Amino acid sequence: MRFIWFNLMPWPDLPEDFREKYRSVWVDIPSALYDPVRGHEVYNTYLDQLEFAETVGYDGLGVNEHHANAYGLMPSPCLMAAALARRTSRAALVVLGSSIALYDPPIRVAEEFAMLDVISGGRLVAGFPVGTSMDTNYAYGRVPALLRERYAEAHELIRRAWAADEPFVFNGRYTKLRYANCWPKPVQKPHPPIFVPGGGSVETYDFCIENNYNYSYLSFFGFLRARRLMENYWQRVAELGADDSPYRATFAQIICVAETDAEAERLYAPHVSYFFNRCLHIHPGFVDAPGYRTIKTIQSEFLNQLARPNIGQAASLSWGELIERGYIVAGSPDTVRERMEELIKTLRVGNIICGIHVGNMPPEKTRHSTELFATKVMPHLRGIWKDYDSDERFWIHPLPQRVTPAPIATEAAR
Amino acid sequence: MSNRSYVLDVAGGRRKIRVFEAGEGRPLVFLHSAGGITEDNPFLAALARRWHVFAPLLPGYGDSEGAEELRDMLAVTLHSFDVVDALGLDRPILVGHSMGGMIAAEMAAVAPREVERLGLIAPAGLWLDEHPVPDLFSKLPHELPALLFHDPALGERMMTAGGDLDDPKFLEAFIIRNTRQLAMAGKILFPIPDRGLDERLYRIRAKTVLIWGDNDRVIAPAYGDAFCRGIADAELIRVASAGHMVIVEQPEAVVDALTRLD
Repeated sequence: MRFIWFNLMPWPDLPEDFREKYRSVWVDIPSALYDPVRGHEVYNTYLDQLEFAETVGYDGLGVNEHHANAYGLMPSPCLMAAALARRTSRAALVVLGSSIALYDPPIRVAEEFAMLDVISGGRLVAGFPVGTSMDTNYAYGRVPALLRERYAEAHELIRRAWAADEPFVFNGRYTKLRYANCWPKPVQKPHPPIFVPGGGSVETYDFCIENNYNYSYLSFFGFLRARRLMENYWQRVAELGADDSPYRATFAQIICVAETDAEAERLYAPHVSYFFNRCLHIHPGFVDAPGYRTIKTIQSEFLNQLARPNIGQAASLSWGELIERGYIVAGSPDTVRERMEELIKTLRVGNIICGIHVGNMPPEKTRHSTELFATKVMPHLRGIWKDYDSDERFWIHPLPQRVTPAPIATEAAR
Repeated sequence: MSNRSYVLDVAGGRRKIRVFEAGEGRPLVFLHSAGGITEDNPFLAALARRWHVFAPLLPGYGDSEGAEELRDMLAVTLHSFDVVDALGLDRPILVGHSMGGMIAAEMAAVAPREVERLGLIAPAGLWLDEHPVPDLFSKLPHELPALLFHDPALGERMMTAGGDLDDPKFLEAFIIRNTRQLAMAGKILFPIPDRGLDERLYRIRAKTVLIWGDNDRVIAPAYGDAFCRGIADAELIRVASAGHMVIVEQPEAVVDALTRLD
């Protein structure tokens, strides 16, 4: 098992009456609610937390990309990964990802990922998300029905750019390059491990299985829906004749650990409530621009009754209901261990993205929960997939000898 | 009056489209809006009392196929000429509503010798910063009647006619139809319904009638003035007690205005 410590980087100061006063946390939320002076502190605190997670044993540090979003303050995940590359030494830098259909030309992503892989000595996990409709269509103006074609073309360009040893001509529909030529190139060969976040579309299952990419299901709605979706995924793996290594799959889970179940509620409930009430307050009209999902996916969601949960619904759930439905895994180390074991085995996932910082959780509590999970939960889960320990296809291969950043030279030292 | 509905091979079988045909007399091709059009639309009947009407459905609408290959404004414009060719028509009167008006105006600008008479009913295609067109793609169904209609109560009755959104079968069909239609429309309307038409308006030679509902809350009547300024031989007719769906709210007034093209 591998564990990735992940922080969405939410804005922690959304007002109490946010739901009443504003229609969406995303796309059209006024940026007057953002205060850059406070932001200076917030970014640095969040980066401190990611760095701390490495010291207590997490395998990876996760960042991702959102736009015009007050619960995801990383328009450029590569900037965050670059900051982490210098102050960490061991953990994978899991960039989930760059939304490759949003860059013009998309060779920019090949270059930035290669830079990160080289700076970190081969610690990059390259995420290639399509991106949400809020990000890609509404905030970045991409035509919904053409997004997936753009994505496929960007993917082809990036893979070719990493593989090629000479400049080549790329004559795509959306990108035309006479000299496609990626300098630098990534350390990891033939390419860094690639993770693709998906939400249940059949096309994405096939894309991951055919390319040996990790399928990452990032949901805030836990277990029950995930179980169905992951069953469909594993069924598709079998249909395509691929092996069933759990390292093909990743699941994201909100996790809160305290000394006791009651203590967990006391410590974390307000922050979980902030997340589900204020952070996930999204105007339904932004969730799915027509053409963003394929007709095939919509039909299969109806067929499998995978209709998306009403995002607003979670806001009214009690602490107990959130736990019962698996939206959060919370409680004492024993409780969390038991629940995580069930989750890992039923979904058959080799990687967990641990959402331990939640909503407006302050640094002391985040550190406490992070540490308890690392010391009292993780060791018991490590061996669940020990039969697959030799499967290295879906994880980083860092250089054996890596450079440690030198202390900053000063006038006096010279 | 003949009344026919059939599937037509277009561009040598590359695309297949549904066409509604009715009436007799001078041929008139009607290009529908992003919401599509059904065979029983009273506006088509009103047009058919005066002209020989052909109403093709754009790929993605009804059972018209071939939307994957139509990615941008030029492709949609040329497709529409392919349709006129496949119908065997020679310079028919060209009329379009909203998105259909944008396509008709593009056709007239791209091939000015092919379009002699042009009826543009609240066409999309221009952008004025002082009159932003609302983002219809992110609107919820219940928000639409008040935007589209002068009389929101009438709009609501029109838009919910024929189905119950609580019935899962109807809901699935509704969502799939809506997605197919607006996915196609988005290629020329998303995120802003401007594909550079203002730079080409000067090429239009057609005698042009612009028709606008006085109370259009989607594309403000100011856009009528902008089209008029850009097209050499254009006349703007405003229709009272009508919103963006002027063809539904005042079909006879629209037909009257279009007679100026005869």
